[in-house]
Amino acid sequence: MNIIVCVKNVPFIQEVDLVLDASRHDIRKDNLTYVINEWDNYAIEEAIRIKERTGSNVTAVTLGKEADEDILRRCLAMGADQAVRIEPGAMQPDASMTAVILSALLKSMPHDLILTGVQSDDLNHGVVGIMMAERLGLAHAAVVSSLKPEDGKAQISIELEGGQEELSRILLPALLTIQTGINEPRYVSVMGIRRAAKKEIRVIKAQDLGIPSADLRPDLLIEETFLPPETGGAEILQGDISSISDQIIRIIREKGVGL
Amino acid sequence: MGEILVLAEHREGELREISLQMLNKASELCRKYSHDLSVVLIGSEMENLIKILAERAKRVIVYNDERLTHFNADHYKEILAALINERKPLMIWIGHTPWGMGLAPALAVKTGYPMATDCVDIMLDSDRPRVVRQVYSDKIYSRMTLREAPAYLVTVRGGAFPSDKSEDYQAEVINATVPPLIEKSRREFIGYRDTGKGEVDICQAELLVSIGRGIGDKDNIEVIKELADLMGGVISCSRPVVDKKWLPKYHQVGTSGKTVKPKVYLALGISGAFQHVAGISGAGTVIAVNKDKKAPIFRVADYGAVADLLTIVKSLKEKLHKR
Repeated sequence: MNIIVCVKNVPFIQEVDLVLDASRHDIRKDNLTYVINEWDNYAIEEAIRIKERTGSNVTAVTLGKEADEDILRRCLAMGADQAVRIEPGAMQPDASMTAVILSALLKSMPHDLILTGVQSDDLNHGVVGIMMAERLGLAHAAVVSSLKPEDGKAQISIELEGGQEELSRILLPALLTIQTGINEPRYVSVMGIRRAAKKEIRVIKAQDLGIPSADLRPDLLIEETFLPPETGGAEILQGDISSISDQIIRIIREKGVGL
Repeated sequence: MGEILVLAEHREGELREISLQMLNKASELCRKYSHDLSVVLIGSEMENLIKILAERAKRVIVYNDERLTHFNADHYKEILAALINERKPLMIWIGHTPWGMGLAPALAVKTGYPMATDCVDIMLDSDRPRVVRQVYSDKIYSRMTLREAPAYLVTVRGGAFPSDKSEDYQAEVINATVPPLIEKSRREFIGYRDTGKGEVDICQAELLVSIGRGIGDKDNIEVIKELADLMGGVISCSRPVVDKKWLPKYHQVGTSGKTVKPKVYLALGISGAFQHVAGISGAGTVIAVNKDKKAPIFRVADYGAVADLLTIVKSLKEKLHKR
């Protein structure tokens, strides 16, 4: 089976102070470190696990600059067989354009299963995978929380709200967007990434994919990016740790919980 | 005058809350700009649902067919594409739910119309929508317009709007003809499974000691369990803790987990993504401890402490032990 996984390099933003850039269309990113998008990490792990069980071939693909090759090396270190980077050149693809570009490449690559993350941690549009599926004419499902390929089909579950799952069977080839928690992604050592550095990464220019220019227009035009309005919000407890703890205990008791 | 088409989402005979929330907001916009509000209902045997929806839109367009009993993105896409082609609406609204996420992007490609997803606010400006989205783990907001087009697709975040009826409608119910469906769908429904049941029921707890990504390491869970025991509370958590398999799913609070209503919710190292916050709207008092003073949890908490959670936990344990 040929499995293709699309991955994205995103800024790491947990417990990081974000600052707006001068254009007020985005945040400043020059001071941020980059990591593989969390959902994509689960997607590549899922592909590698299928490979280990069934002997499939796994290709990791990203649309990004040379610096974004770090995550492809990470995917190779995890066990991917090949990696491809699409160089955007002067293009600034938004989510729908990303789907156009990726599917233009993937239609020429053999695939039984295409995996993406449900969404990306930065702009969380959650559209690239399913837009690709429609462009490639593939069966598809979003928010997949378990996956068992078998004989031209796959048994999947979709994570619904409130702890419910929908079980279904999907015909291959298919595109699935993978939810976090579907597996436990393996640890990738620095040594492993260094070893993977020797593997070749194929680079393809987006402009060479023969995409009609009419397809390369952004859907969304950002007017302004801003910090959330400061309405209400928590009363911040002041003092040293001991005093804060005393206040927490007092508040819990006041609200009628016996400690 | 244009038409806003809202797709009703329902499961096992029940309307999903998101349907009512979309109708609330769409109705407000229709009143303001003299647009028409129609709701699309796809399924089988939906008399009860039609009754509810008829009070909330000018038109209920019903596709009734046994083969449509369960949600199927392929069928829904074909039906909606045909309907859009026929009615030429100004906007199409779909819930930003797991099902909506599997449908809306495919519909956008099929129709060629621009789409904005996961919107928390929707405005209209001379028939051109403008939306607000939350980005970067809800820490930043972004306002945008959509590329000019004959029609616009949006998906709406659950909980962004109230579920109340905003106007009294007496809808015209239209029984639409189901277009030819792909006979052998590429996806076959098997059933539903409940993953939320377990040894403890966090929905019954008076005090929840809840942990998030900030717990940092699996070994720290034991310390929190000890604190929860000392306090007579129950341990719960946000999604990253379950994703890492540090606690079973039945401890999870939020959209994909449980909606809880404790007297006190002590959130330790939880950043406060909307999927989590949606699960604690019924909590009496929320106390949040987080190192990041800009964590979104502080926007919904009643009390906050900007501190390292393990230090606070250690101090709380000492004080409770002494008694």
